[in-house]
Amino acid sequence: MLYFVVLIVLPILGIYTQSLSGGWATFWASVSDPLAWKAVLLTVRLSVVATMINVLAGTMIGWVLIRYRFWGRSLLNSLVDLPFALPTAVGGLMILLLLGPNSLIGDLAGKLGFEIVFHEPAIVIAMVFVTFPFVIRAVQPLLEEMDPSEEEAAYTMGASKSKTFLQVILPTMLPGIISGGMLAFSRALAEFGAVVLVAGNIPGKTLIASVFIFGEVESDNPQGAASVSILLLTLSFLILWTVNIIQSRRAGK
Amino acid sequence: MKRLWITLTYIVFTILLIIPLIRIFTGAWAEGWQGIAEALTRPQSLHALMMTGMIVVIVTVINTLFGVMLAIYLVRAPWLGPRVKQLLNSLVDLPFAVSPVIGGLMIVLLLGPNTVIGTFFEAAGFKVVYALPGMVLATLFVTFPLMVREVMPVLQEIGSQQEEAASTLGAYSWYTFWKVTWPSIRWGVIYGVVLTVARSMGEFGAVLVVSGNIMNKTQTATTLVYQDVENFNVLAANSVALVLAAISIALLLLMEWAKKRKGH
Repeated sequence: MLYFVVLIVLPILGIYTQSLSGGWATFWASVSDPLAWKAVLLTVRLSVVATMINVLAGTMIGWVLIRYRFWGRSLLNSLVDLPFALPTAVGGLMILLLLGPNSLIGDLAGKLGFEIVFHEPAIVIAMVFVTFPFVIRAVQPLLEEMDPSEEEAAYTMGASKSKTFLQVILPTMLPGIISGGMLAFSRALAEFGAVVLVAGNIPGKTLIASVFIFGEVESDNPQGAASVSILLLTLSFLILWTVNIIQSRRAGK
Repeated sequence: MKRLWITLTYIVFTILLIIPLIRIFTGAWAEGWQGIAEALTRPQSLHALMMTGMIVVIVTVINTLFGVMLAIYLVRAPWLGPRVKQLLNSLVDLPFAVSPVIGGLMIVLLLGPNTVIGTFFEAAGFKVVYALPGMVLATLFVTFPLMVREVMPVLQEIGSQQEEAASTLGAYSWYTFWKVTWPSIRWGVIYGVVLTVARSMGEFGAVLVVSGNIMNKTQTATTLVYQDVENFNVLAANSVALVLAAISIALLLLMEWAKKRKGH
């Protein structure tokens, strides 16, 4: 019990007091620094994009892996967890190698007039990679639990395929999609290892919040780092809390 | 329709997971065995891999012990009201929500050389931040929920009747734990251990902040990969990454195996 308090609660209280130790004015000054502000906004914007991609792809993959039997299914199913098992720095390196300036795809994109690595698309790709398993793993158990007879009943009563999907299957998956998406979002907000390698970290352009915090720590400005940290922290807490509420509601039913 | 979905799934997997994985392998092999061997036998690589190994072992042991204890505590303790339990329950997930960089920052702020606790330890000749203890603490923070979250649902499911029966029949609490509780949570614990190993091996952000990334001293395998990339030494980064990737895949297979056993 003591271990729990010391390891988890104390550090978090510490960071809140640290960032407010200079009073509101200093806190406000470091948060409203244009670079810090831009970094936070950029992080939120790109995380939203990455989450959207993941929600769509994850729902589809979760569905396919549960419902269809095909060659290589169990292999793909175990591969889903790869981004969890793989160190994030290795994930970032992969993306860098694959899409970087000296690679095939990187050259091609460069000729077409847009760049991937050290620009926003690379950050989104890194975020999608890292948060890939969340939605899939949240949707799968719900689909497994679902009674196929509900779906069959819908067909028997003459509902079309798309109507069955929208009115019978989607509502079952929805709690999973939402909580999986929320987790993916909070993870994308927090991601550091994969992003720092591919983002280029140009202040005001591709510098995301966690890299900004790291930079502030390196340049001996713990006050600024702590202020941006609690912005991110508060956001993540809100998300986590929402997920908890959704889950306990589902359990309560 | 079915064909289309399956093909799409295959495409997503290939682009997002399989091609990058292959790329790491071919990248490391660009100069054959010799390139890999050279990159891996550099003193800093050997040291970094050893650091990672040490952190993994220490963190896994501590996290397993305390994780199981805390899970039992949170599920079984009758003297905690449901309100308190619920609060603690959501607190367990905190490290998931906290960015690893922030986790590292917290430890620096709390135990760094300029703080009260930090100077106290320093005076006792015991360095925390920019040394192994800080790195272990950071990794512990990050891996904390993995074990608790695996064991708690199993404990809740089996209920406390069997344990109560055992203690009514006169078994000591230690005996009850080994003979009654342990067999049922065993696979959950093993799964949690595998997750912890994977996460502590791969932890980067928190460790980078806490360790200061000093070569041959506090550098771990992941921070070495980062540094090699920053120095444009891609081949070396690739070789170290290959080792990490190979271990992760082995862990993934273990995870699948544990999951299957857990299901039975």
